[in-house]
This record gives sequence, structure tokens and C-alpha cells, in this order.
Amino acid sequence: MAQVVGGVGCSHVPAVGAAIDKGKMGEPYWVPYFAKVGPARDWIAEVDPDVCIVVYNDHAYAFSLEVIPTFALGLAAEFHPADEGYGPRPVPVVEGHPELAWHLAESLILDEFDLTLVNEMDVDHGLTVPLSVLFGQPEAWPCRVIPLCVNVIQYPPPTGHRCFRLGQAIRRAVDSFEGGERVVVFGTGGLSHQLQAQRAGLINTDFDQAFLDGLVADPEAVARIPHVEYLREAGSEGIEMVMWLVMRGALDPKVREVYRATHVPTSNTHNGLLVLENR
Amino acid sequence: MNRVPAPEPGERQEPSEARDYDDIPGTYVFDGRRSRRGYPLNSFLMSLNDAANREAFRADEGAYLDRFGLDPEQREAVLERQWLRMLDLGGNLYYTYKLAACDGLTFQDLAGEQTGMTPEAYAQMMIDGGRPIEGNRSRSEWEAR
Repeated sequence: MAQVVGGVGCSHVPAVGAAIDKGKMGEPYWVPYFAKVGPARDWIAEVDPDVCIVVYNDHAYAFSLEVIPTFALGLAAEFHPADEGYGPRPVPVVEGHPELAWHLAESLILDEFDLTLVNEMDVDHGLTVPLSVLFGQPEAWPCRVIPLCVNVIQYPPPTGHRCFRLGQAIRRAVDSFEGGERVVVFGTGGLSHQLQAQRAGLINTDFDQAFLDGLVADPEAVARIPHVEYLREAGSEGIEMVMWLVMRGALDPKVREVYRATHVPTSNTHNGLLVLENR
Repeated sequence: MNRVPAPEPGERQEPSEARDYDDIPGTYVFDGRRSRRGYPLNSFLMSLNDAANREAFRADEGAYLDRFGLDPEQREAVLERQWLRMLDLGGNLYYTYKLAACDGLTFQDLAGEQTGMTPEAYAQMMIDGGRPIEGNRSRSEWEAR
């Protein structure tokens, strides 16, 4: 049977992708951030997953306001990096896993999660930056990827509680897949950041660290954080943090925190990197 | 921390005219009220994902905007690059960024533009740890300044 071997939480700041793509990692601004990613890279190289389910949000490239799926699952054999206005990121094409993705689709919908199913879409920095953070700059990504896109742009996003329960359903689906795949689930986005209006630049490291502590040790409590608290405490774009709860839900109730690092600033964001393993 | 009781599982977070987040200062939550108002504006901004559309817009901004049914205020905000006003008129940040990128601005440039700070001062604020949460939770705190 397939198994979930661990979870990764990772911000998806576009400037991090640009720093990697343009070889700026040695610049003074970026050195302190990239100094912190090594242990997470070592962990995932050691775990060597066959598949990563990457929970992320699209930023108005694959989806617009014409159609706004709350949860959209990518079923395709491949997903191309999106052109975000200055050409696609020079990163490998993302290879999907249609068999497992279709199993997830059927299992999750029958488990009463009403997913949108997507056969064709490009993937933007929300998905590709975490891959770059964890895997660097390979010729091809070392594993298959199943994109799970969450609406966090049009208010209201799904509640943290719903995200957590979806993660639990993903776990049941992976556990029932007749294959030997080793799966890592990524929750991406966050931590605190606000990109818009007069309060832009908001950072709240205390809230973020409390969120991470709770995510590890008491995720049921963290899943009860209402949207208004994310918006106020973590900034209007910090509400992306609900996506980390999907990842947490897919893990055991008790987990081991393998690695945690955060950094201010990466562009406008308190950047978070978290690695969890089932005990 | 300013905690609001969380809903129990299955309990609805009821939509209403007055929203619990309306008290957050300097923040436009992109809810249905804003999305309805901003749909033509955001449709225009979304179209800038396409390189040919960006060229057409640059060639004749006014004529290009005629395709999308913006209201006069939205039209003026776009032509004058009034970034904060675009949000007030229903624009979404990720969509206004497409116009900013078309103009050669970075995300941080755009964020800074909306705060009234110089790009240098905004960038320095971020390097110094960002805008603190203390004093920035509620409108009353801003009004008392």
C-alpha cells in the first residue's frame, strides 16, 4: 500500500524562486535565508519520496474570477510552469501521477469532499517555488507531483477546519491506494504577510510561531482559528496558512518535528519551512 | 491575542453586511462585495497575462480598456496608476500586480506604493522585521494615532 511518510510546510514567495533562477543565492540579502534550507533538503533527499502532493494556491494564472474552485485537484500527466508575466520560470515540467490522482479524486469525492477535477492547467510559483526550495535546480524533478489548488484569494477560503479534515481524507485515500508509493504532502504559503493597502508589510512572528507550535502538537485547536484571526494577526495574505492544515491532517495525530526554520524578510514575507514525520 | 470564538465543526460562519474583519485597518478583504464591484476591472487585469494583450494595452490604453466595461472611476484609477484606489474600487492585489508587472514594478514596489512610503523606506522596514502587529490590529488604534 502507498504510505504518507512525512509533511513539509513551505512558503512560496516568488522572489525566492527568482533568487534561485537568477543565481542570486549568494547575495547578502539572500544568504541568511538559503543558509536555513539545507536540513530540509537533506531530509527529503533521504526520504526520497515517489510522489509529493503539493497543496498550494494559484495566483490568477490557471484560474481567474470566471471560475473559482475551492479545492481543485490536478489529474494530468504533466503540468507546465505558468508564464507569470515575464516568461515561465526556467524549472522542469512537473510530472503528475494520474493513477494516484484519480484514486484521490474518487476516494475524496466519495468521502464527501466535492473537489473540482482538472485535466489541464499550468502551475505558478505557488507550486514551483516550494519544489525549488526543497529540491534545488535539478534537470528533472526527482518525484511525481499531484497539485491540489486551494482558493485563498476570493474570500472566503475554506476554513482551517475543513482543510484539516481534507488532509485526513487524503491520508485515508493514500492508505487505500494499491501501490508502494512513498508520499510527502506539502502545505505551502504563509507565514504572516500582507501585500496590499496601507497595512502592507505586516509581519507577526509571535503569531506564526504559535501557529507552528500548535500545528505540530495540537492541530485540532489550530484548525479552529477563524478567518478573522488570520486576517488580523497574520495579514490579509497570511490566510494562506490554512493550507498547512491540509498537510498536517494527512499525518498521524502525533508527529515528530524534524526541522523548523523561519526568516524575515523574504521580500514581504515571514518565510516558514517545517518538516514533520509520522512517529 | 484578539481571539474570536471559533465555530464548532459544522457551524456556519454566517455572511452578513457588517463583517468581523471590517475593523482591521488598512486592509481590503477581497470578499463578495468587492469582487462584484471589481469584476470588470479584474477581468481587464487578468487579460494582461497574455503578451499580445499587454502590447495592445501599451499601444492604446484607453481603447484597450473600452473592451472591458470599467466604470469611470476604475478607468481613471487604471490610467493614473492609482494602486490603492484600484483596491478600493474592487481590484484584487494579485490582479493589480499584473498591471504593475506590465509597468516593470516588483511586488515589493507595488506593496510600497500602497502604503505611501518611499520604496527605500518600505524595503528598509521589511529588512528591519516588517510592520509590527502592535498598534495595527484595529481601526481604533489607527484613529488614536
